[in-house]
Amino acid sequence: MADGGEIGMQDVKAHALLTNEVGLHARPSVKLTQLAKRFESTVEIAIAADGPWTDAKSPVKIMRVKAAKGETLFMRANGPDAEEAVRALVELVNRKFDEE
Amino acid sequence: MGEQKNVGIVIVSHSAKVAEGAADMVRQMVGDSVPLAAVGGNADGGLGTDVGAIVGAIDKAWSEQGVAILVDLGGAETNSEMAVEMMPEERRERIVICNAPLVEGAVMAATEASGGSSLDAVRATAEELMGG
Repeated sequence: MADGGEIGMQDVKAHALLTNEVGLHARPSVKLTQLAKRFESTVEIAIAADGPWTDAKSPVKIMRVKAAKGETLFMRANGPDAEEAVRALVELVNRKFDEE
Repeated sequence: MGEQKNVGIVIVSHSAKVAEGAADMVRQMVGDSVPLAAVGGNADGGLGTDVGAIVGAIDKAWSEQGVAILVDLGGAETNSEMAVEMMPEERRERIVICNAPLVEGAVMAATEASGGSSLDAVRATAEELMGG
């Protein structure tokens, strides 16, 4: 309750293993960004559980994350649709970004 | 919220092949939700840029949300500026030329635009590429 004033506004977290061949390459990055932008909540990803966190709505920043196949992608979101956002991102990764 | 039209993207290169190829990349990576036009080459079909053709491309990609133009080398920028000046006055403020690399800038700008972002946000994302 220390941060923010609103009850229930805390980070929703999840992680997923990158199993698609190219990992978080250019096209998957674009898809992830487009998906993240659909949510009102802040959405961030990282390649370690403790960050550093990258804004998932920024195509330029996501493109620079460069996570490879076999790495784990950590997600966190904060806001009214945080759970939906994190779930959608996990599903996208699990679907191999609809590429394979 | 709701389905409002997204910012349009115009690609201006000295080469028709570069313009076409960059547009192909945008289409494949970002999809069809963003108005897109690409022009390259001079009026004789050689390398260069053509103000009239750029005007046509802006018209083709026009969106009420505005249009972001990505250019390659010097002449592409000056001719694009000229093309903007030839547009109706009420449109001019909604056209920006991005200071960004052509291919990456077009993909990034289109990605930003596909989420319904404003012209300022689209331009900022393309220009973020120059920030190292």
